[in-house]
Amino acid sequence: MEAGTGLEKGIGTTDSQGTRKGVFSFPTPSRHASQGWRLIPLLVAALVLIPVGTVVSSLFTPAGEVWQHLAETTLPDLLTNTFWLALGVLAGVTLLGVSLAWFTAVCEFPGRQFFSWALLLPFAMPAYVTAFVALGLFDYIGPVQTALREWFGPDLFWFPNVRSRTGVIIVMILAFYPYVYLLARNAFLTQGKRSLEAAQSLGLSRTQGFFKVALPMARPWIAGGAMLALMETLADFGTVAVFNYDTFTTAIYKAWFAMFSLPAASQLASLLIVIVFAMIILEQQFRSRMRYAEIRQSARAHLITLSGWQKWGVTGFASATLFLAFLLPVAQLAVWTTRVFARDFDRRYLEFLWHSLLLSGFAVLLTCSVALLMVYAVRRHPSRFTHAAVRISTLGYALPGTVLAVGIFIPIAWLDNQLSEMAMQLFHMETGLLIQGTLATMLIAYMTRFLAVSYSPIDSAMQRITSSIDEAAMGLGLNGWSMLRRIHLPMLRSGIFTAATLVFVDVMKEMPITLMTRPFGWDTLAVRIFEMTSEGEWEQAALPAVALVLAGLLPLIFFMRQSEK
Amino acid sequence: MSSARFNRYLTAMICCVTLFTADASRAEEVVVYSARIEQLIKPMFDAFTKDSGIAVKFVTDKEGPLLARLKAEGKNTPADMLITVDAGNLWEAAREGLLRPVESEILETNVPAHLQDPLNRWFGLSVRARTIVYNTNKVKPSDLSTYEALADPKWKNRLCIRTSKKVYNQSLVAMMIAEHGEPKTEQIVKGWVANLATDPLSDDSKAMEYVAAGKCDVTIVNTYYYGRLMKKNPKLPLAIFWPNQESSGVHVNISGAGVTKYAHHPQAAIKLLEFLSSEKAQNLFADVNMEYPVNSKVKTDPVVAAWGSFKQNTINVNKAGELQAEAVKLMDRAGYK
Repeated sequence: MEAGTGLEKGIGTTDSQGTRKGVFSFPTPSRHASQGWRLIPLLVAALVLIPVGTVVSSLFTPAGEVWQHLAETTLPDLLTNTFWLALGVLAGVTLLGVSLAWFTAVCEFPGRQFFSWALLLPFAMPAYVTAFVALGLFDYIGPVQTALREWFGPDLFWFPNVRSRTGVIIVMILAFYPYVYLLARNAFLTQGKRSLEAAQSLGLSRTQGFFKVALPMARPWIAGGAMLALMETLADFGTVAVFNYDTFTTAIYKAWFAMFSLPAASQLASLLIVIVFAMIILEQQFRSRMRYAEIRQSARAHLITLSGWQKWGVTGFASATLFLAFLLPVAQLAVWTTRVFARDFDRRYLEFLWHSLLLSGFAVLLTCSVALLMVYAVRRHPSRFTHAAVRISTLGYALPGTVLAVGIFIPIAWLDNQLSEMAMQLFHMETGLLIQGTLATMLIAYMTRFLAVSYSPIDSAMQRITSSIDEAAMGLGLNGWSMLRRIHLPMLRSGIFTAATLVFVDVMKEMPITLMTRPFGWDTLAVRIFEMTSEGEWEQAALPAVALVLAGLLPLIFFMRQSEK
Repeated sequence: MSSARFNRYLTAMICCVTLFTADASRAEEVVVYSARIEQLIKPMFDAFTKDSGIAVKFVTDKEGPLLARLKAEGKNTPADMLITVDAGNLWEAAREGLLRPVESEILETNVPAHLQDPLNRWFGLSVRARTIVYNTNKVKPSDLSTYEALADPKWKNRLCIRTSKKVYNQSLVAMMIAEHGEPKTEQIVKGWVANLATDPLSDDSKAMEYVAAGKCDVTIVNTYYYGRLMKKNPKLPLAIFWPNQESSGVHVNISGAGVTKYAHHPQAAIKLLEFLSSEKAQNLFADVNMEYPVNSKVKTDPVVAAWGSFKQNTINVNKAGELQAEAVKLMDRAGYK
């Protein structure tokens, strides 16, 4: 109702000449548009650039000795390992994520409704937990191989080595495919039936329709999800540590923790930033020549009916994924939890839970709002500067968590010290450090890490909206805030909720930034997991891990429902 | 008007965020940055508060970030004390100038000389012994002698070991360098690698489970992992062997602490440090994790004492920090992953 009155008002106050001019000169910013929008991406980029820059500035500190040592010994192996891991995970999450998204979005099969949200559940599981459980079950000393040895004798030469490259890749695919699944599903759902119908009327088969129409139209989503999974893989330390599979991050942490050279570690991390930056630009180059808008928001496509064996085949495929990526680890965690529950569970867990939910909630608000503003600003003012700003803003996700945490902390502490100095000189007051250890600091830190996660889904959703809508809106005198609020926001709904889902769960699982920036006594479930696992008490970590998974489920299901309305 | 709701929404968000800013009030308290996890420090802090009336505020994290944090905070750091679970990181903290010397009769009496910084910037509070554990069905204790002897070809395909990325192994190799020099140590580590029955494992417990399952025969672990595993499953065919009893002694590391250079409550922090080394706290400090007390007047936990007494290596654990980077490089060269 409110929207209606606003629109009328808009028409009434707009000079028709000006409107026309606005339409034809699009996308040149109209005179009415606030130039302030331009600044948003630049400001955010500047904010993210502070921690990233802190890390990169290490390049000015000599650490040649560590480099030389690494180059002479482990670096070649680490690079090979990282390359295959990245490639394997990239291929795996794309195949698994896209196929599951396609089936649940477009095909009818038994259990479709259930699987469409259940297949997201593995996302609530931290990857290193999946890794630990997988290894616990299938490794040489695990129950599976132990049972097999009892039946078939001590030599299980045919049983694959779980602590291997393939093992790590499989675990990471199972942990990270939800990024691609969620985004690709979103793409397929918003494609509408017209394009597929058009394809079929042109004589393409259903399979051809998928590969020639649906898949290319879902490109930004799939690429966005795959990039997130890739950055997560490159920055991962916990999962590879469980497998003792050495990657580039291993070198980063070795330089820092073992050889006490934070500069060398930061330099290695800077290299990671460069690689990811190059990949982002490459992907954007490919993408920039295409358009993904739907001319008209058409009805959702009819579900494709599958034949009998196909139907059950898909159900089986989805079940197997859900079983391996979620049910099995959860079952194992549940068994461990029952052993420690009576002793470890106390009222403090409510506090941990509350802190986790609160932090995630606020982080979602902040991160998604900022991402939304950036997406809109770039749409209204596309330029080399705004695009570059966006790319820089999403780099925080490519850094290993602990390195970024330090990159965030050092400038904050610097600022804090300056403030303290000023307070001392001006008011002769000893203030101590004021900014650090506040939730505001924590939230900004989360934002620098997870902006990429919220940006990708919202940006993809924005690309679905044709520019003619903006032109029409301008014709109605809408601009700036009002255009965003009245025109784009309702159409971005599913993209925003997708982003919210990802950020919420990611923040809940996040460990290094939480550890480093939390106020005294402000422990979360993730902190609890750290406390247990850092002395190797994995079974005891099951309790907070289960709590984390359960706490992640509700928002996951809520956002999922919202995004499909 | 159209932006009113947005403004309201932003204002609400900013208000909520600023609600939770830290308070700067300062009562009689000690602030601790700890890499030793909550379960293993809180009982002692509670006892201290009860004893002295001084409150203890603490935050846990890994050593690397804690050190980076102390350094960045500089003279405004809220931290009065740093606790770690190895000597290497205390050595590094001292080298970075983050800790202050503490002159205390009590600490000198309670903490043996080789378990504290020669310049008194940090003190060991519990001893973590790294020893050999073997499969009782496959190995006789008489087959075993030293860490070094595990490099002998007779152990080919019989050794399991945790990754070289763990600080415990880095300290062990660093202390071997201190004793034997680099070339000989490198030979030994290469020998270990050649004897491995499977790729290095991610933790000590896993290594012992491999030994128990018969994949390999011996491994090198910290004793408290052995204690934990046997508590869970007393039937495992595993036993402890104390190596190097004829020579340098069992390799020990410490969990320890130091008072920060810019501590705002140095007296209270020293008090806490002295309390942690005292007979009152030492039992608790070591026993919560089946470690050994540093204070020789304190008896070890009966379960731990049952593993037997041993001669420990008395080279100052300082060396573990000093030679850690060398040790890491050496292990990389030797192909120990």
